[in-house]
Amino acid sequence: MDTSQIIVTIVGLGLSAFVIWYFFFSARQTASAVSSSSGVQQVDITVKGGYSPDIIEVEKGKPVQLSFYRDEENSCSEELLLPDFSIRRDLPAFKTTLVELLPETAGTFPFTCGMGMLRGSLVVK
Amino acid sequence: MLLPMEPVLKTKTETLDIEGMTCASCAAFVEKSLSRTPGVQRALVNYATEKATIDYLPTEATPAALRQAVVSAGYSVVERAPDTSAAERSAELDRQKALAYQQLKRRFWVATGLAIVIMPLSMLMLWPALMARVNMPVLNYALLLLTLPVLAYSGREFYVSAWNGFKHRAANMDTLIAVGTGAAFLYSLAATVVPDFFTSRGLIPEVYYDTTATIIALILLGKVLELRAKTQTSAAMRSLMGLQAKTARVVRPDGQEVDVPIEQVQLGNIVLVRPGEKVATDGIITDGQSSLDEAMLTGESLPVTKKTGDPVFGATLNKTGSFRFEVTKVGADTMLSQIVKLVEDAQGSRAPIQRLADKVSAIFVPTVVVIAILTFVLWFDLAPAETRLPLALVNFVAVLIIACPCALGLATPTAIMVSTGKGAEHGVLIRNAEALEKAYQVNTVLLDKTGTITRGEPAVTDFVAPGQDGAQLLQVVAAVERQSEHPLAEAVVRHADDQGGDKLTATDFRAVEGKGAAATVDGQAVLIGNRRLLSDEGITLSPELKVLAEQLLSQAKTVLYVAVAGQAVGLLGVADTVRDTSAAAIKKLQALGIEVVMMTGDNPQTAAQVAGQVGIIRYFAEVLPADKAGKVKELQGEGRIVAMVGDGINDAPALAQADIGLAVGSGTDVAMEAAGITLMRSDLNGVVTAIELSRQTIRTIKQNLFFAFIYNTLGIPVAAGLLYPFFGILLSPMLAAAAMALSSVSVLANSLRLRSFDNH
Repeated sequence: MDTSQIIVTIVGLGLSAFVIWYFFFSARQTASAVSSSSGVQQVDITVKGGYSPDIIEVEKGKPVQLSFYRDEENSCSEELLLPDFSIRRDLPAFKTTLVELLPETAGTFPFTCGMGMLRGSLVVK
Repeated sequence: MLLPMEPVLKTKTETLDIEGMTCASCAAFVEKSLSRTPGVQRALVNYATEKATIDYLPTEATPAALRQAVVSAGYSVVERAPDTSAAERSAELDRQKALAYQQLKRRFWVATGLAIVIMPLSMLMLWPALMARVNMPVLNYALLLLTLPVLAYSGREFYVSAWNGFKHRAANMDTLIAVGTGAAFLYSLAATVVPDFFTSRGLIPEVYYDTTATIIALILLGKVLELRAKTQTSAAMRSLMGLQAKTARVVRPDGQEVDVPIEQVQLGNIVLVRPGEKVATDGIITDGQSSLDEAMLTGESLPVTKKTGDPVFGATLNKTGSFRFEVTKVGADTMLSQIVKLVEDAQGSRAPIQRLADKVSAIFVPTVVVIAILTFVLWFDLAPAETRLPLALVNFVAVLIIACPCALGLATPTAIMVSTGKGAEHGVLIRNAEALEKAYQVNTVLLDKTGTITRGEPAVTDFVAPGQDGAQLLQVVAAVERQSEHPLAEAVVRHADDQGGDKLTATDFRAVEGKGAAATVDGQAVLIGNRRLLSDEGITLSPELKVLAEQLLSQAKTVLYVAVAGQAVGLLGVADTVRDTSAAAIKKLQALGIEVVMMTGDNPQTAAQVAGQVGIIRYFAEVLPADKAGKVKELQGEGRIVAMVGDGINDAPALAQADIGLAVGSGTDVAMEAAGITLMRSDLNGVVTAIELSRQTIRTIKQNLFFAFIYNTLGIPVAAGLLYPFFGILLSPMLAAAAMALSSVSVLANSLRLRSFDNH
């Protein structure tokens, strides 16, 4: 093994470790819902190559209103799925789409794009 | 006393999102500018939320003028529409999609056009004689110039999307393409700009501009095809939404007829519908009769006759007569909106079969990136020194490009989209993907007799009047029954009307509680009712009538006795009749390998008779409503996957207990709540459609998933060069791109095959 091979090997393995850590284990952006005067828990989510915030905490038993603002034209994010609540919405680009639901059981419920590449979760407490 | 009022000047409220305010005084400035606009009564600007709320007179100011006021104050208005209705949203989305499709096509053609030039130029090295005359660095720079637009224009979205995703710690298909083409391009760029760096290390400064451009062109081709196919998956839904009438002809209390936009139609309005017109919304006929084509909602191909008091539904087509109806439902409450919502929700649900694919998708892209990096490292470490860098690079790119998460992601949802839409077309509403999957597994169908196999309403099956003019007597009976409100009386009247003949009138009508009715027709006293009614009046049956009555009773029919002028003269047999379609539908189910079981509250004789009539072998008789769910459990206990078909409220627990509940549409909302599938048409053919559709859909999904998994599990190792040590086979990144483009299109095309589903 010559020097460049050693360098390539070390860099490659390091890069692999970084990819695994970055996509699977690094800390994510979490947001808690803000309750409005009417008792509706509101969260604004921006959709651009992902969901920010992508972990949303809400309380059980209170209605939730999620406002998804899709800040891109990329077709990946044009569909929003919340399978546990049987919700599928098309998100027009540069528009806000409201999604309303009532979480009745505690747990973590994923929401994804149409193909399941972009992910976020709704944590009901 | 009411005085004619002055028209009240109504203000409208507009909310604008304002951009560019950096301090609270900016807000005050915008507020001032808005307040000064003519027609504005009140303007409030909130600096924190960056919103302006303006009350204005629509007669004097327009939203455009308000926006202008903000702009002239030096700020801008963000077009961020709040939540819009489903129809608006889909219209907006359709517009955006059409635009995106145009742009995509343009990007594809630019990439293709340049790739066609780049490819032959890159292949000049195949002709050494030619190469000798070409200045290598100049050629490389020329190729670089040609490739740049492909990257910067055609492929721009991939890089932007990959970067946006990366910031969110998300990786998608674009990540793979961006990294793959990016690596090939950067390597080529280095070889073009600093070739000496390569030659000094004994390497040939090879460029991969052709690879970069071709990959982008091919992936874009895949995207164009994919987008085109994707719009077809929701075609059924879109045509369903397009059924909505735009206007309604409302009859004002003063009798004036006005065409009104559908949004302005209110509950209680009277709407006139002429032949050939669409019914605007849901209501109840108040006047007139007609036959209506309800195929778009129920899948029933024959027109349905409707008269005063019958419900009509928006989007159905009036065929023959004119009628007026009172509006009972508007907007989101109408049957059409409910159907659209149900189908939309179903399309958003996840099938359990997809769970594995979902798990794989979630980790797919980062995993492929890691595999690609390791491929690079292994090739670099193991290949001969002079070729190791290009080989490592080519295989690295091939792995990234061939991996297709899209095929996995599209496998299930596209099939569900097509089939739920197709189901709605046939009057079969599927609640969610899980219901579809359950219906696929069903091996036993349990039918509740009343209302599913039978019509669920009594009908006259026999009329005997020995030694009498039957037709005449029937009209006499009908004249009496027309005044009665008893369900059996309705059946008699319907029967008489079907037979035709001159209508008679009855006088002195008298209902005899629990026994029947009496009246005078043509000066003769007529009695119709049960046996008690006659015996109370001291009328006896002739031996012949007695025998006939016994026969009817033994067939589990209800017998009505008729006496005219104190003489028993005839009998009517009334029973719940089997629907014309039941026997054929049950046969079809049996042909699908499904055992059909019937349950009923009737006595064993009746049950046996109906079962025999429709070809059912196994049945449960004398089942109390409360025990229905128990019977479902009993069948499940035998290891069967049970589909329960029912219509009534007391079916709801059984529908819920069953592996899959099918509610017959004429039934109640409660039953529909508990059911996984709702049949809009009241016949058992819907059950056949539902099961056949579910079988085809799940089969399609399985094929899709199989293909997607096999494609990726074979494609990635081959691209990594696994075959090279054994067969010397390496996959060119360009072939990888072609395979990848075709794979997602194949999955889509397979799902679209469901569009040809037809159960006839």
